[in-house]
Amino acid sequence: MTIENNRQLSKNTIMLKTFRIGGIHPPENKLTAGKKIVDLALPKQVIIPLGQHIGAPAQPIVNKGDTVKVGTLIAKAGGFVSANIHSSVSGKVNKIDVAIDASGYRKPAVFIDVIGDDWEDTIDRSDTLVKECNLSSKEIIDKIAAAGVVGMGGAQFPTQVKLLPPPGNKAELVIINGVECEPYLTADHSLMLEKSEEILVGVTILMKAVNVKKAVIGIENNKKDAIAKLTKLAASYPGIEIQPLQMKYPQGGEKQLIDAIIRRQVKSGALPISTGAVVQNVGTCFAIYEAVIKNKPLIERVVTVTGKAVKNASNFRVRIGTQISELIEAAGGVPENTGKIISGGPMMGKALVNTEVPITKGGSGVLLINKNESKRQPMHECIRCAKCVNACPMGLNPTLLMNATEFGNWELAEKNFITDCIECGSCSYTCPAYRPLLDNIRYGKAKVSAIIRARKK
Amino acid sequence: MENNLYVSPSPHIHGGDSISKNMYGVLIALIPAFLVSLYFFGLGALIVTCVSVVSCVAFEYLITKYLLKREATISDGSAILTGVLLAFNLPSNLPFWIIIIGALAAIGIGKMSFGGLGRNIFNPALVGRVFLLISFPAQMTTWPVVDALQAFPMTYTDANTGATVLHLIKQGGQHLPDYTSLLIGMKGGSLGEVCALALLLGFIYLLWKKIISWHIPVAIIGTVFIFTGIMYLVNPVTYVNPVYHILSGGLLLGAIFMATDYVTSPMSHAGMIVYGVGIGLLTSLIRLFGSYPEGMSFAILIMNALTPLIDTYIKSKHFGGK
Repeated sequence: MTIENNRQLSKNTIMLKTFRIGGIHPPENKLTAGKKIVDLALPKQVIIPLGQHIGAPAQPIVNKGDTVKVGTLIAKAGGFVSANIHSSVSGKVNKIDVAIDASGYRKPAVFIDVIGDDWEDTIDRSDTLVKECNLSSKEIIDKIAAAGVVGMGGAQFPTQVKLLPPPGNKAELVIINGVECEPYLTADHSLMLEKSEEILVGVTILMKAVNVKKAVIGIENNKKDAIAKLTKLAASYPGIEIQPLQMKYPQGGEKQLIDAIIRRQVKSGALPISTGAVVQNVGTCFAIYEAVIKNKPLIERVVTVTGKAVKNASNFRVRIGTQISELIEAAGGVPENTGKIISGGPMMGKALVNTEVPITKGGSGVLLINKNESKRQPMHECIRCAKCVNACPMGLNPTLLMNATEFGNWELAEKNFITDCIECGSCSYTCPAYRPLLDNIRYGKAKVSAIIRARKK
Repeated sequence: MENNLYVSPSPHIHGGDSISKNMYGVLIALIPAFLVSLYFFGLGALIVTCVSVVSCVAFEYLITKYLLKREATISDGSAILTGVLLAFNLPSNLPFWIIIIGALAAIGIGKMSFGGLGRNIFNPALVGRVFLLISFPAQMTTWPVVDALQAFPMTYTDANTGATVLHLIKQGGQHLPDYTSLLIGMKGGSLGEVCALALLLGFIYLLWKKIISWHIPVAIIGTVFIFTGIMYLVNPVTYVNPVYHILSGGLLLGAIFMATDYVTSPMSHAGMIVYGVGIGLLTSLIRLFGSYPEGMSFAILIMNALTPLIDTYIKSKHFGGK
């Protein structure tokens, strides 16, 4: 890093932005920060779930025994809010059956036995950086939809849907999420370091797709190398700014990031686009670059495999559908005394029942934690310390919402905005009485959402 | 191996805070005030504190074990804290049997009758103190005189007694001690309330450890300062300088350690300000116009009762709200 860069950075640190309500500071534990992305060896079989996104599951268009190549469309989007799914390997369709995914539910999936590594001819596999994109907004969005790109930060929301704002909303700027506030995870960080230019081109494509002149990439200040590199490169990309952010969880939440960067808060029940911001994750920007410039569908992603006792914690480039057990093997196997295996980060990830589940488009990490940390402490009576109230980034009262849920008082829960909960877990993390606040709120939120939906009918 | 995995909803990590950490944190913050009271009141302070703590813990244990038939909760430190706070609100020459009655009122009536920690409406230590104040008005308002020259006096119920600053003010405001005496605690009073500096040191510790926020203490102290300040400006002959009000009686002890009790104070910052202003106003009204020289305990208990109402109507700023 040059002296000038340092000076630039120290100037930036004075004006670090962050969101305005709540937030916590869990230990970072970014054990794999700065580690190069390693290609994971091809698996013997992949399990590709048909529901890897929010919305309707995709409809399979292959049959048992069909031969597929890397990038072959195997399932078509099953509705407006849905996404295409492509084969991530070449080989033979073994079966179409149900498989348990990271959520623990059985979902339909295509099982493909891997034979060789034969790619569709339309895909440009070279590393040559292409900056020009002469496509129209509609052509770009169609290409993104065709490639099955979804939000890669974890929510897995079909990207093309986000790029077509509903009537009455107009995009003013694009906000790129390079926050990665989840402890342990470094997939986005490594991508920002290794695919910086590609991400920036992806951002310009996005700007063109939604017809705006401005984009801001928000990055937390613990990734100084990524901030420095992108700031330097962004100088030659008009309209793109890098905004370093104060470290605070859950800054990667869409609403929190918008608030941090443009000081606008999404109203209760409104869409984020109502603030004029279209938010996309850096991983998604890279996928957009590959889809639009290289004709490459979303068939692989970077996954951090980590944990304090993991021998060889790494950032792997993984084909979608690879089983988590293979990622763990590549990272040195399951350490002795492992108590919990999590798909995702420690704050919002899902605990796995077994590791024979596939990596999906939103799978940013695999975390192994020891028995001691896995156990929950027994819960005590609420002492009304209000630490959850101060931690909640949505300005809710978690202990009140938990009580309302326990008593089945859905009216009270609704009046206190239970449906605004983003399930970040800051309340449960903070509670000195170890109360399972989020467990209850999640349940109450589902109940109240169902009541609201029924009322609208 | 695979079958032995823990499966639970997120989040999968915890910040490590606990109820006992907070309770012991408050106890640590009370150490400076305790040391000063040992210096000025000696043996009496030690006996009163020990009797109060031991009986509070014992009553909580007996009530949870034999009356409620639940697992004992004394290890969370809250009963010890109630004991210390009760002791800090008592004169250091109070006979031990009165203290035991106070502890029974604090733990039995103030805390366990509502269902224990987290359920109580009123600050248990203050329930104990007010119970004693009404039941034993004479013993509760005779305070040992502080002798600046004698550290750790070996007196208990045989100590020389005198009036507190607030009594002097009530009686016309003659012969008031100077500010320095108020700051370091050279004045009559309950054993934990005398030294303003020690209490402020505790306040800084509580803020640093993020055990409490500044809102309640600042709202109380600010309100008392403004209210008594206006009265002083209107009529400096009848009313004393507001600084005396801040530095005397249980104002600082109450504002920093009693009113900020988690269970009995509001949860939102705005609610905390309303609650603090309420305590400040009530305290000033009782001190200036009431028949009691000190109004802090009553003010806190009254606002404790209003806490659910405050929490219902005053909420934290909601994301995207006004």
